Amino acid sequence: MRLVNIRPGRQMRFYLLALPFLLVAIAYFTGSSARLAENPNDKLLPALPSMVQAVKQMAFVVDPRSGNYLMLTDTVASLGRLGSALAISTVAALILGIVIGLLPGANALLGPFVSVTSMVPPLALLPILFIVMGLGENSKIALIVIGTLPCMIRDLAMKVQELPREQIVKAQTLGASTWQIALRVAVPQTLPRLIDVLRLQLGPAWLFLIAAEAIASDSGLGYRIFLVRRYLAMDVIIPYVAWITLLAFLIDIGLRVLQRKLFPWFASVRAE
Amino acid sequence: MSAIRFNDVWKEYGDHIVLERITMEVEPRAFIALVGPSGCGKTTLLRMLLGEEQPTRGQILVDGKPLRAEPDADRGVVFQRYSVFPHLTVLQNVMLGRELRDAKLLGRLFGAARRAAADDAMKLLAEVGLAGQENKYPSALSGGMQQRLALAQAIMRGPKILLLDEPFGALDPGIRADIHVLMKRLWNETNLTVVMVTHDLSEAFGLATRVIALERQRNRPEERERYGATVSRDLEIFPRRTAEVRTIIDPAPAGTTRSSKEHQPGRPGALVLKEHS
Repeated sequence: MRLVNIRPGRQMRFYLLALPFLLVAIAYFTGSSARLAENPNDKLLPALPSMVQAVKQMAFVVDPRSGNYLMLTDTVASLGRLGSALAISTVAALILGIVIGLLPGANALLGPFVSVTSMVPPLALLPILFIVMGLGENSKIALIVIGTLPCMIRDLAMKVQELPREQIVKAQTLGASTWQIALRVAVPQTLPRLIDVLRLQLGPAWLFLIAAEAIASDSGLGYRIFLVRRYLAMDVIIPYVAWITLLAFLIDIGLRVLQRKLFPWFASVRAE
Repeated sequence: MSAIRFNDVWKEYGDHIVLERITMEVEPRAFIALVGPSGCGKTTLLRMLLGEEQPTRGQILVDGKPLRAEPDADRGVVFQRYSVFPHLTVLQNVMLGRELRDAKLLGRLFGAARRAAADDAMKLLAEVGLAGQENKYPSALSGGMQQRLALAQAIMRGPKILLLDEPFGALDPGIRADIHVLMKRLWNETNLTVVMVTHDLSEAFGLATRVIALERQRNRPEERERYGATVSRDLEIFPRRTAEVRTIIDPAPAGTTRSSKEHQPGRPGALVLKEHS
């Protein structure tokens, strides 16, 4: 049988998806134990028990200096920044995406501008943000917004333009004004696509968050990783990276579930 | 119910002439079928009637007044595809026209107004044979049902002219025959002037009061760009078919259709439409 026709069954699918994870874990722990056998003080590839110990220390023991659970404060700080930035981006992208996608005039006015701004490397703007907005929360949130918003607007405007022309005409024959077309046709059909766009921008958003926290911050997951880097504390860094990955993964799944629950009609539209 | 007049209408895209010298008069409550080979500009003509495109020369008059240059609620439309909104249920699709008319700001009705609109919509749904489907999304409906829904949605808004762009072209023959019966009934029971684009001649002769064929008069390769299609045949169906004088829809009991009471013998469409079965 040809490879293109071989479809793994349910069980096989599970084993296949577990395999790469397992291989990475095996490779890591073999390397780790080999290095530790040679030098018990090796810090590069810490063993599982020392990572567990480090996580316990960070997550479940009160930090004597700040009186906080560090991992919790870091997570709350980072998610707060990520959440507020993405909320701003999402709302702005929805409004501007609809306006640009629906109105040819707005597209002529803003389309090229958005395309150009989406090419500006956001990290190059970070110094400007720090100078203008200071080192506080605002500059970090602004960086994430600048990094994600232009792409979201561009993608969303494209999704609006992809709505069949027939639907826009049909709405007009039912007497809809521009405002009503936006409200009853464009927005409801764009919302599930907005979730897709948001999911795609989660990666960049985390990137800009960690970058901003690494440079100037006093809390946050990125801040912690770059802080303990000075002590080669791989036993903290690796669990933190895993934790960030898990958070990003959960947010992604959450958005997918949200899309399915809120927009039950969307699956068949996308399948077309 | 509107009269339409084409006054020497031309449509050109750059150097390419698609339609030329279209002059015709469509009487109120007529059912016009536009036929012709593909690429002859039937759909372009329909889109001009819709207001989606403007004639390059000439004028289209509806009830003596120039056509508005954009689609509006006077002209309902059913396309072959994408005619209904996938994000609205069957009932919401039919109610949409009423909501857009009565709720300018929010496009949504609430309370008693909403219940009244829903009642009317349910009656119309029963009329087109979609009773019991009201809470489904269009994607859960068959192609024929989707087109029934599209018809109901268009009629709910009470247009004067109904434009159909190959509305039944993608349906199976059996389903198509059923929806022809419905289409006929709707035309009889509402005050519509209907213009339908079709490439199915039996459909054209079976439904319409008048069949208009568009054709290019000159078809040599070097002439093709510079000469557009025009009306080559204008056939009134004999014996003459006229719509019954009615103003409102009232639900007919299932199985009884007004068109079955019509004079049948010798009618060209009688071969195709088996309304008696």
